Amino acid sequence: MERSRRKFFRDAGAATLGLGCGLPMLGTGCSSAGEGAQSDSGSTGQLAMVIDLEKCHNDEIRTACAEACRKAHNIPEIPDPDDEIEWIWDEHYEHVFEDLVHERTPHELKEAPVLVLCNHCDKPPCVRVCPTQATWKRDSDGVVMMDMHRCIGCRYCMAACPYGSRSFNWRDPRDYIEMDADGEFLTDFPTRSRGVVEKCNFCVDRIREGLIPACVEAAAGVPGGEGAMVFGDLRDPHSEVNRLLEEKNTIVRRHSLGTGPNVYYIV
Amino acid sequence: MLDAAFRGSKRYWTILAVWVALIVIGGIAFARQMTEGLTITGMSQDVTWGIYIAQFTFFVGVAASAVMVVLPYYLHDFKAFGRMVILGECLAISAVLMCILFIMVDMGQPQRFTNVLLHPTLNSMMFWDSLALMGYLFLNLIIGATTLDAERKGAPPARWVKPLIILSIPVAVSIHTITAFLYSGLEARPFWMTAILAPRFLASAFASGPSLLILLALILRKMNKFDVGREAIRKLALIVAYAMVINIFFTGVEFFTALYSDMPHHTMAFEYMFRGIEGHNSLAPWMWTGMSIALISAILLIIPKIRANERFLPFLCVGVITSIWIEKGMGIVVTGFVPSPLGKIVDYSPTGAEVMVTVGVYGIGLLVLTLLYKIVVEVRARQNVTYEKVM
Amino acid sequence: MNDRKKIYVGLAILIIAVTFPFWYGLVVTGDSTRPELFLPPDATECIEETGFMTANHMVLLKEWRDTAVREGEREYTSRSGEVIKISLTSTCISCHGRKDEFCARCHDYSNVKLTCWNCHVAPEGK
Repeated sequence: MERSRRKFFRDAGAATLGLGCGLPMLGTGCSSAGEGAQSDSGSTGQLAMVIDLEKCHNDEIRTACAEACRKAHNIPEIPDPDDEIEWIWDEHYEHVFEDLVHERTPHELKEAPVLVLCNHCDKPPCVRVCPTQATWKRDSDGVVMMDMHRCIGCRYCMAACPYGSRSFNWRDPRDYIEMDADGEFLTDFPTRSRGVVEKCNFCVDRIREGLIPACVEAAAGVPGGEGAMVFGDLRDPHSEVNRLLEEKNTIVRRHSLGTGPNVYYIV
Repeated sequence: MLDAAFRGSKRYWTILAVWVALIVIGGIAFARQMTEGLTITGMSQDVTWGIYIAQFTFFVGVAASAVMVVLPYYLHDFKAFGRMVILGECLAISAVLMCILFIMVDMGQPQRFTNVLLHPTLNSMMFWDSLALMGYLFLNLIIGATTLDAERKGAPPARWVKPLIILSIPVAVSIHTITAFLYSGLEARPFWMTAILAPRFLASAFASGPSLLILLALILRKMNKFDVGREAIRKLALIVAYAMVINIFFTGVEFFTALYSDMPHHTMAFEYMFRGIEGHNSLAPWMWTGMSIALISAILLIIPKIRANERFLPFLCVGVITSIWIEKGMGIVVTGFVPSPLGKIVDYSPTGAEVMVTVGVYGIGLLVLTLLYKIVVEVRARQNVTYEKVM
Repeated sequence: MNDRKKIYVGLAILIIAVTFPFWYGLVVTGDSTRPELFLPPDATECIEETGFMTANHMVLLKEWRDTAVREGEREYTSRSGEVIKISLTSTCISCHGRKDEFCARCHDYSNVKLTCWNCHVAPEGK
């Protein structure tokens, strides 16, 4: 806090003196170098999610999840699939776990719906390729963050993500966001602008206030949805996610790529 | 020196007017893109890069290929390239400029472009590519301007330019290598993740760039009596022939690994390109055309008599450029996105607006190239006059 | 020097073009009075002195933006020692709720484009 306040006054002072165009830029440059160094140090936590595939066969649970997420983050509903924004959604088992199916896998299993979202990888390829550090892995809890102010919209992260978890705002999302009867947005969560990439943020805004992610909460609210999705910290030995990972047979998406996904599925 | 660009025949102004018209067309479409967003392009959540990035990739190659005249002339003192070198450097300037513009028009937030430099990110290939491209642009501007100015004064260029010229050689190689690394370092895209991508990019660059240079030199000769000399054209044609054969060899190597191992991840991309998957076969006619033209041009280029014949050579050059334009400009970039990480096969074709923006960028490149070549031709012409006076 | 005329004409055009914003503002809009802002009735000063805020609010907001989004730091200590929550939608808006009568007034007047509300949900909705 102290550091940032000092930095602010230094920049502000320079701006007042009429050096506005040069020095604040230097300031930001220095701060970004600091950020880079920070992310090299070992992280202190890693949030993770365990999804029970069988419980999530229930359509109601998955719909409730996606709906809760959409409302919590002012996600637009764009009818054109080319422009659609998705944070958490359904995909067929055979596409999510491509290596686990073969010609003789039963048809129903191949087409079974699976909830997919950002994996908040240990070694996220999107973070590796981003030219502006608009996306980075947060030290404190391992969430892969997005800075919508920083993103230049080059979409390199989308080419790099092996899970298709990222969406680009091809058009202004505001025209497609659900509003209440008074014409107000459902929440205060900032909408995005045209030309930036977005994705699931593990509900960092809710975690900060001591809540669990909206999808996890919504799933638990549906009858039979208890334990369909479990959320917690992997560094906490007593966390529910750790207990499940020890007891159950779990898998992750495309493990062989070495990205280290943190969304686990109970088979 | 620059005043030459402001004086010219009616024909010169007509050419400039045509380029400006292209720029206006592009400007109109780009204004629409800035108000409505990139939704007006044919790109989608699954195919996130299209014709802009493909054109960028192609022109990085054209820019890098200037090294094919710079290196023999400066390192091996190959005198025949004396008049060709400056044409290569000017082409590089115009090509890099187009590369930067193609990146800009592809960005969702182009006004934030400076973020790449304000927040330098050493692990991002795109950061390094921006640095290399801008460095290469400045190097060529400085080298081109100083050598031409020296020539105008009839003196040898300043000595400090020589190290910059030497430096421009590895930088030229690096711009295309890093551009290949943009693609080949992604575990998400098996089609791109191949070590031969960078060598392949370089080989195709050294075929397409010099081909374009030959065409430009022939046009200049016809229009302005500015002759680079038969020897220079002939040597450049030889370079094109070798590079094209190596390019085809590298592509063949790719084919072998994918098709012989028969791993679905690797064969699928080739299947999509040449046959189409589940009816998605819009690329197939392009790829077959491209490959046929590449093979025919390469075979004819190998035959010394045909290669040396300046009536055939322009057609062979057009063939080489077209085939590589299809391969890099349509094939490699788009196919990397097929299938998507979630198994979807989504076709891409550029929209009218996207083509217009592309044409606009071409217009800027051609305008810059025309102005630069005009200056070069004038400086050379005036010099000849002084020579004649002296003699 | 028969180019003298051309040079003078060029210079004149340059001067007119450079000073365009000034005379355009004077002649066309004809209004150069200070915009009137809606200010909270029960407060005398923002989180820092008024003069400082007028000159530097954009720098402060950018700094807040980066510390909150990137470093997760959500507290700011003002020069008077008060600890303030870093939040556009709760701290700033709690006083400056009417953005059309506060932010927009000055920004329209000085023709500086404001992009905050393209994403952040403004108090009075869309």
